[in-house]
Amino acid sequence: MAQIRINNLCKEFGDFTAVESSTFTIEDGEFFMLLGPSGCGKTTTLRMIAGLELPTSGEIHIGHNEVSNLPASKRDIAFVFQMFALYPHMNVRKNLSYPLISQGMKRRDVKAKVAEVAKILDIESILNNPVGGLSGGDRQRVALGRAIVRDPKAFLMDEPLGALDAEFREHMAEELRALHDRMNATTVYVTHDQLEAMQMGDKIVVMNNGVVEQFGTPQEVHDRPATLFVANFIGSPAMNLMPFSGAIEVGSQDVMLGDSRIAIPKQLQQADGELVLGVRPEHVSLQNDGGYRGRVLASEYLGTTQIVTLETSHGTAKARIGSEIDIQVGEQAALQFDANAITLFDQATGAALSSERQGRENANG
Amino acid sequence: MSYSITEPSSRQKTLAAFLVITYAVITLVPLLWVFMTGFKTPPDSISYPPKIFSEPSLEGYVNLFTTRTRVTPERLAELPPPANFAEEIVRDRNMVIAGKSKYGERFLNSVIIGFGSTFLSIFLGTLAAYAFSRFNIPLKDDLLFFILSTRMMPPIAVAIPIFLMYRKLGLSDTHLGMILLYTAVNISLAVWLLKGFIDEIPKEYEEAALIDGYTRFQAFYKVVLPQAATGIASTAIFCLIFAWNEYAFAVLLTSGTAQTAPPFIPTIIGVGGLDWPAMAAGATLFLLPVLIFTVMLRKHLLRGITFGAVRK
Repeated sequence: MAQIRINNLCKEFGDFTAVESSTFTIEDGEFFMLLGPSGCGKTTTLRMIAGLELPTSGEIHIGHNEVSNLPASKRDIAFVFQMFALYPHMNVRKNLSYPLISQGMKRRDVKAKVAEVAKILDIESILNNPVGGLSGGDRQRVALGRAIVRDPKAFLMDEPLGALDAEFREHMAEELRALHDRMNATTVYVTHDQLEAMQMGDKIVVMNNGVVEQFGTPQEVHDRPATLFVANFIGSPAMNLMPFSGAIEVGSQDVMLGDSRIAIPKQLQQADGELVLGVRPEHVSLQNDGGYRGRVLASEYLGTTQIVTLETSHGTAKARIGSEIDIQVGEQAALQFDANAITLFDQATGAALSSERQGRENANG
Repeated sequence: MSYSITEPSSRQKTLAAFLVITYAVITLVPLLWVFMTGFKTPPDSISYPPKIFSEPSLEGYVNLFTTRTRVTPERLAELPPPANFAEEIVRDRNMVIAGKSKYGERFLNSVIIGFGSTFLSIFLGTLAAYAFSRFNIPLKDDLLFFILSTRMMPPIAVAIPIFLMYRKLGLSDTHLGMILLYTAVNISLAVWLLKGFIDEIPKEYEEAALIDGYTRFQAFYKVVLPQAATGIASTAIFCLIFAWNEYAFAVLLTSGTAQTAPPFIPTIIGVGGLDWPAMAAGATLFLLPVLIFTVMLRKHLLRGITFGAVRK
């Protein structure tokens, strides 16, 4: 297993820039998520790490080797495709043996290794089946088996759960994470599903339009989004983003949202003009009395909680509150924000303003 | 009685079967006639009114493979008794076998040229189709159009330039010349058909092989080729049928060493009139290799025709 370092990686297809100078490091043994909407460059980044695309510029280090221009076969990594890409003309055993045969491993050793992997993944009973008749889950296991059978330096996975149905997905995600913990293998995992990323990842890179928006643990990315894009993309429902005009001084602890004074974390950066106040629905509570009011538009019941949508003078806002609270559509309510959970953004650059809560390291995105 | 949109009624089925069988019979009658003529005696084959059934005879096949000379009855009487059935048949016509005919040689030429050009077309076509399908080739669309454009006129339209060119290059009446010519005609079909088949194979299979430690060529050879077997088989049948049946260029460019069977068969003229049974026998045998090849690959051919119609 190895650390993977990406340095100023760029990929252009003609006039189109798929990946724009990305830099991040994947630590040895980390379960690393590349998250973003479709077309954001996450798959291209993964394919460059794999050697299936060559970068236009930049460096990729796997372990101690600079590999950015090596062919895929020389990089000693394993790749799990979204459509699994099991060799259709071979049975399960041959599929699992194939990567070992290419290394010139002895027949007996291949057999032993395949048996070992089949045991780990619980696919011993289907070893001699053709891959054509397998269920989605079994295909997934065989694809994983083909990846782990070789003890590669890293696993690269391109939306491996995307082809499974929702119920099985959940189960496979757990299995995958358990497998990772057991093997402690460096894993790079591409997904567009933020829940999957939060659930499984040790670290997340959020990409958009070929640019790395933020890099951090799931909690950092969720609680302290570095940009408006991340704030909007992560979390379900997304963060409330309320545009306003105002000025922030270093040390400010409140802002004026309309006529209401809203407490915010102590700011470390001066800003003025068009700003955005971001607060997650979890950190909004509804009161009968208070300065900042909104009208209830809708309420979605989610079991223990409900999501209430309100119309305010700064756009619609959502609040996640206990489902025992009785809320009627059309009612007026006061919104109370948890002062410690507020993030301010600069509308023009999209970047979060640094504060005591946000921390300085995020300000550069 | 209930009607369904998908299931045809029994009357519709009967009608469909009737049409198909009628068409098959109409198509097969000439072939059947050729096949039967091959087993007639020359007099039976030209009798009027035509005989549909007659005493079967191998005279046509004997005449096809031999050359014969007429001898006087006195000379015939002096000869030792016939050594085999062929001599017996020939002597009944007051003739003796003078030697082997050239049919065997011509047939072998057809096999060498037909299968040789098919192999070459498929070999080059598969490599080209793979490259067109997978790589960013400058002017790819123009090249593909150029390749297709070689089929936009009947090949015989360029007969005279090819004739002159072949004479200058010394390719006239050579196996190599004919193989190259048929390959040139077939390659556009092969590239276009095979590109379609290879396009259908997800590139992830090769990428998986690349990652598993194989080179691009190994991935092509071990993963893409088995997947493309269906397409290769059906393309090979099309190529072989063209090269096997081609007549015009064969007449024009071959006369001796490299002559194929199609121009040779009509030249089988018996002593004192056209030997229809021998020609029919030659035509019947000539049909066999393509028939066997097609039957062997028919599963692939059927899949090939409908390939890509349904996305799995």
